[in-house]
Formats: sequence, C-alpha cells, structure tokens
Amino acid sequence: MFYREAGVYGPSYAFDLRILRLREDRVALGALLVLAFAVVPFVGTDYWFSAVLVPFLVLALAGIGLNLLTGYAGQLSIGSAAFMAVGAFASYNLTLRIPGLPLLASFALGGVFAALTGVVFGLPSLRIKGFYLCVSTLAAQFFVEWTFTKFSWFSNDNASGVITAPPLVILGHDFGTPSGRYVLTLSIVAVLTLIAKNLVRSRVGRSFMAIRDMDTAAAVIGIPIFRTKLLAFATSSFYCGVAGALWAFAYLGTVEPHGFDLNRSFQILFIIIIGGMGSIAGAFLGAAFIVLLPLLMDNVATAFFAGVIDPGNLENVQKIVFGGLIIFFLIKEPDGLVRLFLIARQKVRLWPLSN
Amino acid sequence: MQFFAEVLVGGLLAGIMYSMVAIGFVLIYKASGVFNFAQGSMVLFAALTFVSIVEKGVGFWSSLAIALAAMLVLAVLVERFVLRALVNRPPITLFMATLGLSYVIQGVAEMLWGSQVHGLDLGIDDVPVYVAGISISRFDLFAAGTATVLVAVLALVFDRTRLGIALRAVADDPLAALGVGIHLERIWAAVWAAAGAVGLVAGLLWGARLGVQFSLSLVVLKALPVLIIGGFSSITGTIVGGLLVGASEKLAEVYVGSHFGGGIENWFPYVFALAFLLVRPTGLFGEQAVERV
Repeated sequence: MFYREAGVYGPSYAFDLRILRLREDRVALGALLVLAFAVVPFVGTDYWFSAVLVPFLVLALAGIGLNLLTGYAGQLSIGSAAFMAVGAFASYNLTLRIPGLPLLASFALGGVFAALTGVVFGLPSLRIKGFYLCVSTLAAQFFVEWTFTKFSWFSNDNASGVITAPPLVILGHDFGTPSGRYVLTLSIVAVLTLIAKNLVRSRVGRSFMAIRDMDTAAAVIGIPIFRTKLLAFATSSFYCGVAGALWAFAYLGTVEPHGFDLNRSFQILFIIIIGGMGSIAGAFLGAAFIVLLPLLMDNVATAFFAGVIDPGNLENVQKIVFGGLIIFFLIKEPDGLVRLFLIARQKVRLWPLSN
Repeated sequence: MQFFAEVLVGGLLAGIMYSMVAIGFVLIYKASGVFNFAQGSMVLFAALTFVSIVEKGVGFWSSLAIALAAMLVLAVLVERFVLRALVNRPPITLFMATLGLSYVIQGVAEMLWGSQVHGLDLGIDDVPVYVAGISISRFDLFAAGTATVLVAVLALVFDRTRLGIALRAVADDPLAALGVGIHLERIWAAVWAAAGAVGLVAGLLWGARLGVQFSLSLVVLKALPVLIIGGFSSITGTIVGGLLVGASEKLAEVYVGSHFGGGIENWFPYVFALAFLLVRPTGLFGEQAVERV
C-alpha cells in the first residue's frame, strides 16, 4: 500500500551504495528534513526550541559519538561528558584568544581538541579490555572536570569556572534567537549524522565492528587493532566535543565544568542503550526518549497526581522509572527503540498483508 | 619523616574503607560474573535503612537485623527480576542492567527514607591514638579491625561451609555446578545477600564518617581502581589494592597535589590504576584471560 517495491532492482553500484534504497524511505526522510528545516523554525515556540528540540539534537549528536565507540567499536566508555567538556572549553578559548575565528571553525577545532584528548585516554585500550577500560574513561571524566575547575585560565579567570557563549554569528547572520539556535544545531547535527552514517558503512566502520565482535579475530584477518581503536576513540570524541560546544553555546549559553559531570556521561550511555547500540538512528530515538520522558512525567504528575506525589519525590520517581526502563529494555528489547521502529516499518511495508 | 608516616598510615587505613566496598563487588563478580555497579547504591540503601530505623527508636542490634533482612529481600528481588531474566547475556549487558538497578535502588531508598543527611554515631570517639609517636585515628583502627573480621568470616564461609563450597563451584564453572545439582538461582540470591551484608557494614563505617546521604553511593567509584589493582576475583586482592590506593592517593595529595591547588585525589587513583594496568593487565591477583579465535 505505502511501499511499492515491485520492479525495484539494483542496476548499478551507485544504487547499491545508497543509504536508503527504497524510494518510499527517501521520500519519508526528505519530508522529515523539509519539516525540520523549513516548517518547524516558523511554527515552533521558543519553549520548544530551547527546552526540547535543541537539547534533543545535541544529546543525539553525543549519542552518535558514544555509539561509534561503544556501539560499533565495542569499547565501553563512561566518560563521554569529559570529551564534551573539552569540546566546549576548547571552542570557548579558541574564540576568545583568536580574534576573528569563525564560529563553525571554533566548533570543529573544539572537536579536534576533544579528539586528541580521546586518543590520549584511549591509549590504554590496547592493553586493557572490557570493564577494565571503563577506568580509563573514568580517569578522563574526573581529570577533565578537575582541570577545568582548578585552572581558571581555561575559563578566562572566572572564579567559578563558568564560561559564556560568544555571539552566535556566522557570515554576519545572527543565530542567537531560539529558532536560530535550533537551525544552527540542526544543520551541524544533520551534516555530522550523514558523515557518521557513511563512516559506519565504510571500511573503517566494518573494522570497528570486527573489533567489537572479537578483537583477536580481527587482528588475525589483518585489521590494525591499535590504530583502529584509537581512530574509534578519536572520531567518537570529536562528535562528543562538537556536541559539548553546542551544549554550552547553543543550548545553555553559560556552562560550568560540573555541567559535564558523571551523570551526563551516564545519560548519554542510557541514550544509546535505550535507542539501540550500534545504530545511528537509535541515538536520535534514545535522545528523544530521554528528553521527553521527564517532561511527560512532569506533566502527568501535575495533571493527575497533584498533591499525591510531592515535587521532591518526583525526582526519585523519575530515577526509578528510568532505571526500571533500562532494565526492561535490556531484558525485553536489547536492540533498543530502533528495533521497534524497524518492526513497525516492516509492518507498514507489508500492509495490508500480515507477516 | 613522622609526618610522612602519619600520612602513610592514614592513607592505608582509609584504603581499608575502600576495600570494604570492593569486597561486595568481588563476591558478586566471582559467583555470577556480573560487574555490579549497583553496589554503591546497595551501600546507601543499607545504611539509610539502618539509620532511619534507629531514628524511629529501635535498638542497635534489632535495627541491624532489620537492615540485613531488607538486604536479603533486595537480593531475592534482584535475582528474580533482573538476573534470571538476563541469564546467558553478555557481561556488558549485565553491567548496564546494574547501572539501571543502581538508579532504581537509589530512587527507592530516597523515596522511602527521604534525602536529608542522617548523622550516624557508632559510639566510637574519633580521638587520635599514639603508636610509636604517630597519631592514628581510632575510628580508622576500628574500621580496619572490622574489615579484618569481615575478611576472616568470609574466608571461613568460603572454605568451611556447604554454601561456601557451592559458591566456589559456581564461580569455577556454572555449568558443572548445575550438573551436580547446585541451584544457581539460590546461589545468586545468596551471594547478592552476602554482598548486601558487606554493603551494610561498609555503609555503617562510611556513614559514620561522611553522614548517611546520597554521596555514599559514590564511594563505589573509588572502589573501582581498588578492584582494578587487586583483580576482579580476589578478596585478598581488594585488601592489597585498597591499601595501595589509599596510601598512594593520600601521599600524592599531600606531596604532589599541594603544588596544583589540591583535589588531585579525585582522579589520582584512576590514573594510578591505569599505570598499574599497563604493567599487569589483569591486576595483582586476577585470573589471566585466555582468548581463542
């Protein structure tokens, strides 16, 4: 009904290399992009831009970053927030100390600095594996937080380590308004998502997955383990770094080192568990879930349980629901929300027949 | 020199406190191969339960019994609803499940008992004791004594009782253990209950030191480098690892950290553990992993 696949063949390599081979999928994605770029900026409210859409996009980007490392390359990391912090503080310092540096260049360079940090803390990954490796990323987490709190040079001698966003101006156009921030974030996230999607379909992505599935076997078939693992750390941290810069500048405006604490790392880990490990689309679904669930619970609590649950306990209820959902997903749907999405898509493909 | 000795001894004794948390980890890791991130939350839950019951006017020993019973119930619930459903899944899945579990336990603990800071007085005056001219905290000595007793009891249980032998069998080879008629489910519940009991002891000691509050669940993070250095599957290792981490962290804080404005003990143990891992990837007493393609 919706999908008409009869007569769709793969006549050329170019066709086989497409991300979306079915015309219906391309139309759906195109419609989504038109909606996000051309409709939402004009109809959305400021509340939706600054409290929902921008954090959703930024967290999705960080989720993609962690997914490259944990979901694709199989290296467990609980220090993503540290790399976000490096990205944010590096791009802040770059715009501060290099006058006339374009905003996008400072984001990209912030990502590069985060990538370098990622490589340093990824160095032990050759010798140590699995849970032992999470100590390396934990070291990154605490070391970075400590550095940015202790050395006030990084925050331009601000007493509490707070950094403030530079004016969000690109080529004379001001992106400082809520809808401008949204468009800026959306554009960056869209481009980086496309790159990530192509990366994981390429030879590099395949070698990430080979290492995830069994690194000894990957070494046997000739994949350079050390280089590939470091590359995974670098790309992942680059994504997290850009996400951190966006988090600081496009979402919050001002941020302190504690904004990137261990809980943020866990939040991003939860995004990829709930959304789906080893899936780019999963990062978006997981981020949407993690941004929307607290808002939904707030609304439900005020609408139906006003007076029954006091606001102090709401946070605890959220914790319990979150933790419970993590366990539920791991038990019932280890492939995450993206799996549910694929099942739904399959149903639509066959509709009105049943499989 | 005397100052050095004081810092060293203080660090060693503080390290014992880390070991107490790490022992809970090792128990569960040995018996079920689960890297239990929720151990910190269990420490918090146990201590909060104990303190809240004491504050209701119940005596020390009955409160202890009630808190132990609560940990037993928790262990049975965890086994029934989390472990049993995740049997045969990769270790990383189980680790993430315990992450979720730690959120649930924290939420439940604070919902039941509130999130304010509770003071906890074990009736030990924290006055310094002088040994060979070095002042030592009496509380730390008490903690070290408790840890020694705890390790001795655990060693006896593992060595001499039917349950302990079953535990070791499961740790050695779960399939063979199943084959000779050991109930895996019961063993898991038992070992989580034991970890809960160890968590209670650790929670009481830490709670008396820091006050019983949310940050208690963060001591779990300090137990990680201890585990790394000692190896995940050795109780002796946790003690040695705890001593190393405690001593090196305090020495580094005093002699190196003072040049950087302090606070390096927040991250030093992790870097120390990393440096250690580069030399010995499985820790001091860990088992060498053999990989086959």
